[in-house]
Amino acid sequence: MTMIKMALRSLIGNGLKTWLNVFVLSFTFVLIIFMQGLLEGWNRQAVTDTVTWEIAGGQYWSQKYDPYDPFSIDSSAAVVPSSFRKEYDAHDIEPVLYAKGTIYPGGRMQGVLLKGIRPDQHLLALPTYLLKADGAEIPVIMGAHMAKQANLKVNDLVTLRWRDVNGTFEAVDIRVAGIFRTSVPTVDIGQIWLPLDELQKMTLQPNACTILITKPEIPIQQLSAWPFKDQTELTKQTAAMIQAKSKGYNVFYFIFLSMALIAIFDTQTLSIFRRQREIGTLVALGMTQKQVVSLFTLEGTMNALLAILVGTIWGLPIFVAFAVNGIHIPMDVSSFGVPMADKMFPYFTLKLVAGTISFIMVITALVSYWPAHKIARMKPTDAIRGKAL
Amino acid sequence: MNSFKIGILLFLVLATSYAQNYPTGKSILDKVDKNMSAKTRVMTASMEVGTERTKRTMVSKIYGEGDHKAYTEYLAPAREKGTKMLKLDNQLWIYSPTTDRTVQISGHMLRQSVMGSDMSYEDMMNDKPLLEQYQADVTGTETIDGANCWVVTLTAIIPDANYFTRKMWVDSERFIPLKEDLFAKSGKLLKRITFSNVQKVQGRWFPLSFVYKDMLKDGPGTKLTIQEIQLDTQIPASVFNLGNLK
Repeated sequence: MTMIKMALRSLIGNGLKTWLNVFVLSFTFVLIIFMQGLLEGWNRQAVTDTVTWEIAGGQYWSQKYDPYDPFSIDSSAAVVPSSFRKEYDAHDIEPVLYAKGTIYPGGRMQGVLLKGIRPDQHLLALPTYLLKADGAEIPVIMGAHMAKQANLKVNDLVTLRWRDVNGTFEAVDIRVAGIFRTSVPTVDIGQIWLPLDELQKMTLQPNACTILITKPEIPIQQLSAWPFKDQTELTKQTAAMIQAKSKGYNVFYFIFLSMALIAIFDTQTLSIFRRQREIGTLVALGMTQKQVVSLFTLEGTMNALLAILVGTIWGLPIFVAFAVNGIHIPMDVSSFGVPMADKMFPYFTLKLVAGTISFIMVITALVSYWPAHKIARMKPTDAIRGKAL
Repeated sequence: MNSFKIGILLFLVLATSYAQNYPTGKSILDKVDKNMSAKTRVMTASMEVGTERTKRTMVSKIYGEGDHKAYTEYLAPAREKGTKMLKLDNQLWIYSPTTDRTVQISGHMLRQSVMGSDMSYEDMMNDKPLLEQYQADVTGTETIDGANCWVVTLTAIIPDANYFTRKMWVDSERFIPLKEDLFAKSGKLLKRITFSNVQKVQGRWFPLSFVYKDMLKDGPGTKLTIQEIQLDTQIPASVFNLGNLK
């Protein structure tokens, strides 16, 4: 207890130097927790949005479907298995047919992935009810990013060219029945959604689909021709991408933490040099050198404790404000390829906060011990004379 | 009433006799195939790919046997020089000298555009006789660049024809298409090919210049100019061999 009092008194006695160190360290604390919270929030939001817009309870993929081979997409469909008939009729399973096409907005040529879906589906957040629109042209919906890329607006007509299953070219005009905003680029970029029965007719593939999307509670069927992909597998890539971004942020953490720790190290080194007489006196008064080392280490580590306190005072209101109101992303991030909403909500877990605090405490203690361990090699007599170092 | 019936009958007789002046579509296509199709062909051609802003020219030497085997070697520009492509049935291999690697491309790649042009690999390599793919009907006559042409409408008789209908303007003397429109099933015009510089090649008429134009997009299209051509010549089997790619 005495040691803590001595360390604290000495630390406060350092005045502005201490508070500068504490502020820099508190800034690092707050920044690391905030950034990690932001990534955690992004991850959760990305998974939730992907489930809402694209995955639902999971997907069955036609055995021939390979998302990494765009050239084989046209021949990847298969007839919906009869074992799904009940779920199919009840809309507990939604077939989606993929085909490649080309649109010609304003005389430009643009490759698109056509996705046929039943207009009355309710598993995904896509506004497919707009596909029920009557008219001479086939109604289609597309994401805001796709519409921007193609320079298309609602009710615009554009020529669509595709090949049927035999390879014969076909082309018609389609009408943009709706444009939706989504944070999930995999249902937006380079894609056009149209009624399933139309796409089946267009490609001469009656009753065929490429994937089957299931309702979450539906029991999974093990079919060799239709392997099942669960939510974890389907969001694996998004999680990996965010993980990779998280690693990228480690560089910033390292820089900020290094700044704070160099300041503490520098203060400790200077302090030990200047306070040689005090160290010698303490040893002369009966403290062991080990106790003196502990005192100085504690003094350095207390920087981190004070930083936690200061960081809590100014950082907590910021955390709460952002966690509640979210952070508006001031640019169009839909082309990044990772699900990212316009507003991001950081998510702070106890594990994250406790983990960051423990990590910084241990690092600060090590940095404080490093200059202090020289005291153990000091001769008390030289120290009293101020000539030990 | 009777005179009305006689009038109709007379009209039908006249119309039939007029239509009978046309040769059959089959006979025209047969003559076109005899000019345009060959068992083998070896040619050096330059391909001018134009967009609204730029123009690129590539020169290649092409060996073809039916529509199953094709071997292409790019001779210019420097960036493409040495690139080789081998097509055997539905498989395609591409050798790139910059990486010194041969890559096998999915058969579906054959549907893609050749080097960003308005032509697909299928368009370039398809040499299947038209009579095997289409039923032909002569629907009129027109003049193109001073040449009298039969207007022949072709309708696919096989399910995997690339274009469901084609309209061909065939020179009535030389039996060479001078213009061809390619349509989708819906009747939308997709591509237009214009043929020019018709020359005698080994005793047959053959156009040495083609312009492929994707009618749905802007731009001048792709111009293919044949610099040298040999038809029905013996091509060594080693040309259509994977070992020839390196």
